[in-house]
Amino acid sequence: MTMKLPIYLDNNATTPLDPRVLEAMMPYLTENFGNAASRNHSFGWAAEEAVDYAREQIAKLIGATPKEIIFTSGATEADNLAIKGVYEMYASKGNHIITCTTEHKAVLDTCKHVEKMGGQVTYLDVEADGLVDLTKLEAAITDKTILIAIMYGNNEIGVIQPIREISKIARKHGVLFFTDGTQAVGKIPVDVNADGIDLMSFSGHKMYGPKGVGALYVRRKNPRVKVTSQIDGGGHERGMRSGTLNVPGIVGLGKACELCMNEMEEEGKRLSAMRDRLENALMELEEAYVNGNREHRLPHTANISFKHVEGEGLMMGFNKNIALSSGSACTSASLEPSYVLKALGLGDDLAHSSLRFGLGRFTTDDQIDYTVNAIKETVLKLREMSPLWEMYKEGIDLNSIEWAHH
Amino acid sequence: MAYSEKVIDHYSNPKNVGTLDKAKVNVGTGLVGAPECGDVMRLQIEVDEASGMISDAKFKTFGCGSAIASSSLATEWLKGKTVDQALSIDNMDIVEELNLPPVKIHCSVLAEDAIKAAINDYRVKNGLPELVAEKKHH
Repeated sequence: MTMKLPIYLDNNATTPLDPRVLEAMMPYLTENFGNAASRNHSFGWAAEEAVDYAREQIAKLIGATPKEIIFTSGATEADNLAIKGVYEMYASKGNHIITCTTEHKAVLDTCKHVEKMGGQVTYLDVEADGLVDLTKLEAAITDKTILIAIMYGNNEIGVIQPIREISKIARKHGVLFFTDGTQAVGKIPVDVNADGIDLMSFSGHKMYGPKGVGALYVRRKNPRVKVTSQIDGGGHERGMRSGTLNVPGIVGLGKACELCMNEMEEEGKRLSAMRDRLENALMELEEAYVNGNREHRLPHTANISFKHVEGEGLMMGFNKNIALSSGSACTSASLEPSYVLKALGLGDDLAHSSLRFGLGRFTTDDQIDYTVNAIKETVLKLREMSPLWEMYKEGIDLNSIEWAHH
Repeated sequence: MAYSEKVIDHYSNPKNVGTLDKAKVNVGTGLVGAPECGDVMRLQIEVDEASGMISDAKFKTFGCGSAIASSSLATEWLKGKTVDQALSIDNMDIVEELNLPPVKIHCSVLAEDAIKAAINDYRVKNGLPELVAEKKHH
């Protein structure tokens, strides 16, 4: 059997562009180059029509109406617009935001910015399985709270938060609910009405669409939500986000949403079956641990720690042939392991020993088999080389050793 | 970040992985680093008492490829040296030999620390005073 290498298993970082999406985009990169805001000629009309159609495709995927979709450059910008935009728009109502420690940096760092602007932010700890505790969430609400920002599905561990329960609490207290839907939209059923979502960010390149395009859903009814624009200019997107629309990108995002919608049910089953197979095979290794809640989880994500081997060293054993992510960031200046894994209460040693698997539309069973074999082989080899593994096998308690921290 | 050929070679074919009997008087053991920092090295030397030469060296390392390569290289360099000669191995020699990028220099520092710790363990076991190494910035 010959397999095309390298294998891509980092779909939580980005996904390849689906050829059908590229095909839909091509005319808008070539002959239909018009500016969607040009109202007086056919080039503009063609662009506007394409944007309107995409808006419908996108809205349909999340159960919204087209007017509730605000196009942005991606999820990071949408996160910024949602949080800063609500903070500024609702300043007269309060200045307190509640989020949690496992959010994406685009949310956490935006919240930090809000704090510098004078806002108050509560960063809720999550439970050991990565889920937010609803009682703690409700207890954190004050009369100054204007926004709850809790992500839909986590990018590192795939844990899905109890969105409907969170939105009920938000409603009860008259607080807006924003969710970063980047990893969830297109992968699992998301319905802004059934889920009670007021604002939601998502991105094209996490669902087989192009990079550089994303959207913020902003609820228009019950309640009507508004955000203060963070980019000033021509007043595009109902004044919430100025800037000439990225027509080919938007067309691509629309097509990507349509494909996800049509294929989600089958694809979700296929991916979760493949993910479970991968996970079960790797769990045959001694001292392997799945990070995060295994039940409430995105179908394409697995995060596993292999105790007593270091993640980056582990990846080096196969990263010529398999592309995935490690929770250990030994290459960064900080040498800090993943803050998400640490938020689950994992010791630094386990956090340093983790791999994140992001399966996707183009992942095959053969690729999973190859990956399982390569990882098992490397883990066993590195454990033979690991002083920690030797100590563990000798029954030495690693916590009893006085390590020289450097 | 791509690894250098030499790092890949040491990672794929590490030299002198293993364990020496730490109970022996002529074996010095150095254990440096910490699991929470993402790297732990254990380096051991066996000294031939007649000649004063390091006759064997072994390592085990928990860490990234550069940490594994640094310790593998260190064991190669140690063998055949006297204990005093071994003290002169500098982390920058390792950096140079393995073409380590700046973010990986700490791996070489750890290897140098491991060498010094092994030598000190050997010295203490043999009634010699512990050497106080000048502290390198990690």
